[in-house]
Amino acid sequence: MIVLNIDKKLLAADGEMNLGLNLTLEKGQLITLYGESGAGKTSTLRLLSGLMRPDHGKIIVNGKTWFDSDKKIYLPPQKRNIGFVFQDYALFPNMTVLENLEFALGKGQDKKNVSDLIEIIELGTLQHRKPETLSGGQKQRVALARALAERPDILLLDEPLAALDAKIRLKLQDYIQRTHREFGLTTILISHDIGEIIKLSDHVIFLEKGNIIRQGNPDELFINSNISGKFKFTGEILKIEQQEIVYIATVLIQNSVVKVIVQDSEVQDLHVGNKVVVATKAFNPILYKIEG
Amino acid sequence: MIDWSPLLLTFELAAVTTIILLVISIPLSAWLANSKSRLKPVIETLVSMPLVLPPTVLGFYFLMAFSPNNAFGEWINEWLGIKLVFSFPGLVVASVLYSLPFMVHPIQCGLSGLPISIKEAAYVMGKSKLTTLFRVQLPNIKPALLTGIVLSFAHTVGEFGVVLMIGGNIPGKTKVASIAIYDEVEALNYGTANVYSMILFAITFCILLAVYLVNGKHLKKLGR
Repeated sequence: MIVLNIDKKLLAADGEMNLGLNLTLEKGQLITLYGESGAGKTSTLRLLSGLMRPDHGKIIVNGKTWFDSDKKIYLPPQKRNIGFVFQDYALFPNMTVLENLEFALGKGQDKKNVSDLIEIIELGTLQHRKPETLSGGQKQRVALARALAERPDILLLDEPLAALDAKIRLKLQDYIQRTHREFGLTTILISHDIGEIIKLSDHVIFLEKGNIIRQGNPDELFINSNISGKFKFTGEILKIEQQEIVYIATVLIQNSVVKVIVQDSEVQDLHVGNKVVVATKAFNPILYKIEG
Repeated sequence: MIDWSPLLLTFELAAVTTIILLVISIPLSAWLANSKSRLKPVIETLVSMPLVLPPTVLGFYFLMAFSPNNAFGEWINEWLGIKLVFSFPGLVVASVLYSLPFMVHPIQCGLSGLPISIKEAAYVMGKSKLTTLFRVQLPNIKPALLTGIVLSFAHTVGEFGVVLMIGGNIPGKTKVASIAIYDEVEALNYGTANVYSMILFAITFCILLAVYLVNGKHLKKLGR
């Protein structure tokens, strides 16, 4: 369990801002920080990892005090068992992929950690290449593997998927989900993509101007009504057209475009660009065999 | 027959000075690149002073400070058994201070130019500041290190004023090539002065050309 109760004055674009966090996070959950840029998301990760020092308060992780302003305890980042994936990947340019991962190992840790990760995150063909020769998605995979090499308890990801295109994004989401489960991690992720948040996270925290304004289950927070749909996809409205008495909304779900009938009463709330959930009760699904 | 000792002495002085500078400048530059201390501007100014001060000023104060006639010079003379005035060790000390900015500035720039996240990534992995400096930061600023080494070396080769003030003109001990050239010209031996000058010209040209070729290649690689 992670208990964060801290204050930190930050310099934001429009003057000083106080980041006040009072949070209790369950072990083993995948938590997303959501909010506008400048809300204090990255700073939250930096405070937890020890790269930034809070002004007041306490950080207690699994019963161990990492920071306590009253008792003058401040554990440096080196002593906190955390894996951090930076927004710019922060791979060491002088080392190959394999060397990057091996450098991350702690004293006396088994090199098997590294070979396991290379297998799980499928880096086999890349392991002898230097970071400068890799694509964005490949770099991100290396950064994820490297953050896990030390076998941390907590994994922090600063907008890991923002710069990647849709297809690679989906693949990386799978890697994050798989490693989160396989290593029993507590993962904290920054994301702006509601679809991604609903897909990945157990708990969402909304930050606004340095304060937590809401938190909870992503379904409850992003989808106001309770839908007991059997199939659920999130997408974005591309177009809404009126056809006689009904409206037809064109929705982009990942890479495919679907048309959904919308009632007159519902259409008032919907606009082009809105994020929506497309759900169906699926009384009578049809199965097609996929060849090959 | 031409006397080679001034040239040999010049390169010996440059080599010793460069090695000492490298050892001193790495921790100093790392401190300057990271520090938010109020002392930092003062230290930066002191490091840069030799760039603007006439070498004779520096030489004059060295001469005053190291002279066995005052307390400091006497102390060094007695306790360390080193006479710094008109001696090779004195030349080395003066050259180290005189060429300090040429080593510190490139390394400091190189370290400040690296993304902070690289350093932080190593810290989060549990690596100490020292390990991070030697395994991550320095290997990624090789062009800056090379520039620092070569500029310090070349600058020491080109010294004249400081060396003349503190070293005097003792053949085989403190008479470096730049002073020998001056000497030969005064004695109207233009031929010998020309040989010394040509050799210095050719060697420094080759050294600097090598740096630009190597760093140019490296930059091209980064820009790809």
